[in-house]
Amino acid sequence: MEQEKISSKQMLNDLMADHYQSALDAKANGELVCWATSIAPQELLTTMGVKVVYPENQAAAIGARKEAQKFIDDSEGKGYSVDLCSYARVNFGYAALKDSEAQNVPMPDFIYTCSNICHTVLKWYENLAKELNIPMIVFDLPFNHTYDVQDHAAKYMKGQIEEAIKRLEKITKKKFDQDKFKAVMEQSNATSQMWKDATLVAKAKPSPLNGFDLFNYMAAIVTNRGTKAGYELFKRWKEELEAKAAAGQGPWKPGEEEKFRVMWDGIACWPYLGPTYKGLKNNGINMVTSTYPDSWTILYDNGDIEGMAKAYSGIYCNSNLQNGIDRITNIVNDFSLDGIVFHSNRSCKLLDFRQFEQQRQIEEKCGVATVLFDGDQTDPRAFSTEQYNTRIQAFLETLENKKEERRKG
Amino acid sequence: MYFLGIDIGSSSSKCVIIDENKNIVGRAVKNIGTGTNGPSVVIGEALAKAGITEEQIDFTVATGYGRANHTQADKQITEISCHGKGVAHLVPGARTIIDIGGQDAKVIKLSETGNVDNFVMNEKCAAGTGRFLEVMARILNCELSELSELAKKSTEEVEISNTCTVFAESEVISQLAQGTKREDVAMGANHSITSRVAGLARRIGITPIVVMTGGVAINDSVVHSMEEQIGYDITVAPDPQACGALGAALFALESFNKKNN
Repeated sequence: MEQEKISSKQMLNDLMADHYQSALDAKANGELVCWATSIAPQELLTTMGVKVVYPENQAAAIGARKEAQKFIDDSEGKGYSVDLCSYARVNFGYAALKDSEAQNVPMPDFIYTCSNICHTVLKWYENLAKELNIPMIVFDLPFNHTYDVQDHAAKYMKGQIEEAIKRLEKITKKKFDQDKFKAVMEQSNATSQMWKDATLVAKAKPSPLNGFDLFNYMAAIVTNRGTKAGYELFKRWKEELEAKAAAGQGPWKPGEEEKFRVMWDGIACWPYLGPTYKGLKNNGINMVTSTYPDSWTILYDNGDIEGMAKAYSGIYCNSNLQNGIDRITNIVNDFSLDGIVFHSNRSCKLLDFRQFEQQRQIEEKCGVATVLFDGDQTDPRAFSTEQYNTRIQAFLETLENKKEERRKG
Repeated sequence: MYFLGIDIGSSSSKCVIIDENKNIVGRAVKNIGTGTNGPSVVIGEALAKAGITEEQIDFTVATGYGRANHTQADKQITEISCHGKGVAHLVPGARTIIDIGGQDAKVIKLSETGNVDNFVMNEKCAAGTGRFLEVMARILNCELSELSELAKKSTEEVEISNTCTVFAESEVISQLAQGTKREDVAMGANHSITSRVAGLARRIGITPIVVMTGGVAINDSVVHSMEEQIGYDITVAPDPQACGALGAALFALESFNKKNN
């Protein structure tokens, strides 16, 4: 009963605090710790009971606490290029300095990387493995140039999963428990689905969700996709959002009207969460959703390893242009959006590379207003608040024009 | 009745005053922008030209990079909408605006009714902006206003990088050291800026009539180079530097009418 009273926000804070503390404790007790990429098949690690921390998650926390520059300076001082992903630069800096005010993590005993989120992670993690002289487990998921994930790609991934299990048994010196694996798969699917369902409540008009909260809750889907605690958190969050929607409540305080609904393409601009949020909110623009919720909606039939492989392979980041355009088009329609904010994220070459064309085709297809601004996920030097505000205000003026023109027919 | 538009840019201040029939009665431009006394100087000059006092202004709209600091304004509107408004008024039927200002370059797409339909702006970078030409003028040891005439004397094509102003600057210094003629470098600088901005224009799609605004539009060899790059004739807006201020004044008139109807 006590649990019932806790807000999802409190649950999120507790869950994240516990996530990091238990990893630090595990390390102190001589247990193995793994560093993994954010959308890797955590099911194997969870089955093995290995403590995992996610460098991307930590880098985001460091970025949001405006602490990134010190780690970036350290890596750039060693010769890492400014053109390299800033999560990687922050992580290399942390691996060297090992101390952060925002969030400390234990150093890894092995690493676990999956190329579905980008191909930078292959070299980033390989570099860590060499520097720290620790084992590395790699999942190579070829980019999907075809619309659907091909069977041969799924088979290739399945082989890698089987190999990873053997490697994990060697590293942990424990037997892989197939029954536990099934239970973890079931939990992971349930948590993913609950995460997705919670984010879908934002379809209501006005949306009870302010999308910048989505960025916060994202930390939990990254770190707790395989846990019951993650499931319970998203369930609570969903109930809260549903209650707000039923009461007709919008994303902000009563009286603060949701005038326009937009989605955000790309990672958050963590060092400037305040300015990016206020720039939209002060103009009555609510970021209702983003391309991200679906990236952690990894669903497959329990025990179907090829299905699991396809789910991991087919995420937005690893899919071709047409697939990306169709997904965004569906989001625009399903969430009744007026526009799209594209974050041209200096770090993310993979997504930026196709962003202009994506923007052009979606404008043509959906007739919504769009705006693109320059920034970076963690490097504070790539963003200018003034430039952002001017673009958002001009975006607002365009949204208003379009609304007026629609009204006049 | 009088309506004032003030465009406070990064490197210049522009003011236009119109009457209720949209006639321009006062206008002033100064090449100092936000954070200086530029805005108050141009307002003073425009008022003097119109022969009126500040109290006679019925509505003020501020635009440009420094618009938020001009607290006397009744309303603030972005330079994107203001350039759109100004051009739609000056060049009926205009559909594409290329505006190159001191620190940003933008391409604005107007709907058939003259409203802003879409826009793109330069990245967080000085390449492709007026600042780039200022840097070039300094290295070439001439006034910004002399660059155009200098470029017209060019006989040989010189390629200057358009990816970064700082790189371009060192490139030009080494070109000059190797004996490349100043006029060829001036033309190279024009091509550099126009190829960069033409890329922006192509991203949004170019529909004629194409109009250029902003201080750089005064440089007719840049305009000519831009025409070559995009493959369309370009109409330079009358008084291109004050176009945003005119748009702001027109919005002031509209806002006033809306408020009082």
